[in-house]
Amino acid sequence: MAQDRPTASELLNAIADFLREEATPALDRSDPRLGFQMRVAVNSLAILEREWRLAPDADARELARLKKLLGSDGTLPELTRELARQLRTGERDERDPELMAHLEATTNDKIAIANPRWR
Amino acid sequence: MNDHSHMTANRGTEAETVAAGLASAASRYFGGPATIEGLRRESGGASRQTWSFDAVVAGQRHELILRRDPPTAGGREKASATSLDRPTEFGVLRAAFNGGVRAPEVLFELGVQDGLGEAFVMRRVGGIAIARKLLRDPPYADARKKIAHQLGEIAARIHAVDTANLPPLPHREAADQVAALRAALDSLDQPQPVFELALSWLDRRRPAPTERPRLVHGDFRTGNYLADESGVTAILDWEGAHLGDPIEDLGWVCVKSWRFGSIDKPAGGFGSREDLWSAYRRAGGAEIDPARAHWWEVFGTVRWGVICLTQAWRHLSGSVKSMELASIGRRAVETEVDLLQLLKEAR
Repeated sequence: MAQDRPTASELLNAIADFLREEATPALDRSDPRLGFQMRVAVNSLAILEREWRLAPDADARELARLKKLLGSDGTLPELTRELARQLRTGERDERDPELMAHLEATTNDKIAIANPRWR
Repeated sequence: MNDHSHMTANRGTEAETVAAGLASAASRYFGGPATIEGLRRESGGASRQTWSFDAVVAGQRHELILRRDPPTAGGREKASATSLDRPTEFGVLRAAFNGGVRAPEVLFELGVQDGLGEAFVMRRVGGIAIARKLLRDPPYADARKKIAHQLGEIAARIHAVDTANLPPLPHREAADQVAALRAALDSLDQPQPVFELALSWLDRRRPAPTERPRLVHGDFRTGNYLADESGVTAILDWEGAHLGDPIEDLGWVCVKSWRFGSIDKPAGGFGSREDLWSAYRRAGGAEIDPARAHWWEVFGTVRWGVICLTQAWRHLSGSVKSMELASIGRRAVETEVDLLQLLKEAR
């Protein structure tokens, strides 16, 4: 069942804006340590908002790539665990272009959620 | 850390306890009744405290710092296995200072009778450690031109400290360090393909053990030294000190996360790798093998990524309740981006 608006994204943005613009300045005046913690919280809310928007497609793309790369079926955690095992044992390494393309695409999708400004 | 409100409520009492312990220890050391003034907590969680204070003895004012692990109360989180205890840190700092390293001068250790746990006192040094200010604020414009060179010189001094003057320290070579990061990943219930790739890359290229292990600072980076308008005044945070490959420190200081946005200046955000290495050589350090330095920079990047996850797991495991620690877990991917870039450059 679809929820009424605001969407999760709109609600998370509304909370983050309120905390950033109204709560943080008040905390900075009364307890700077809490002001710092509130900035961490606001930053985490922004991560959640991006995750809500971007993660479903990113996860689907990652799963499709992993099935093709490993030539087997399974859930995203299962296939990721198998890939990590193969990289630990050296069955695959950085000389495999399809592996590197997969890791780059996955990492690009992760950083777009966690910290899109990272360079 | 997990009981901030509790700490706040008891801060008066705790400060009184600390002042009393310091007064008796300082009176013994200076050989006369000491008055403690301006005592305040600088940083740290429930363990590993840093306090700033003045001791006034016979009209003379001594500006000092207390480093302290409070006596263990039941249930407190165990200190990391790779961190030195306070008495060993005291011994390392004394050897480094006597060896001409820009480090705080340690004066005396506190005893059981002072009731403050494992603790020591050192002279206060001027300057700030906040990377964002050092990298951007106007008063530090001149310092910014010097810091990369100063870090090279200071690293050379650290690595020249006579190991005979050091307390017993763990010896960690490249192979041990790779194994430790794999063990850390195994203790998290979350597969990490990029870190596994990088660790296998490192394992296949790991440098030979050092012929003569040197004192390695272990956390030599921007954020862990004090600097003022003239540049670096003191290297801090020695609890990761160990014996090993000195190039580890030169790789770690170039890890991208320690450039705090000044990404085109690898040496801590202040200069080029060549600036760092040439200053190191001029100050008596060994010639740098760029491949070995690159190995340690890749290693340092994985290390920081694994630390990010480990910090988050301190919260997730329930040992410390902290939103701040939890959020650090989402920084690990920054190092995955950097690692893929580093491995691409190396091919």
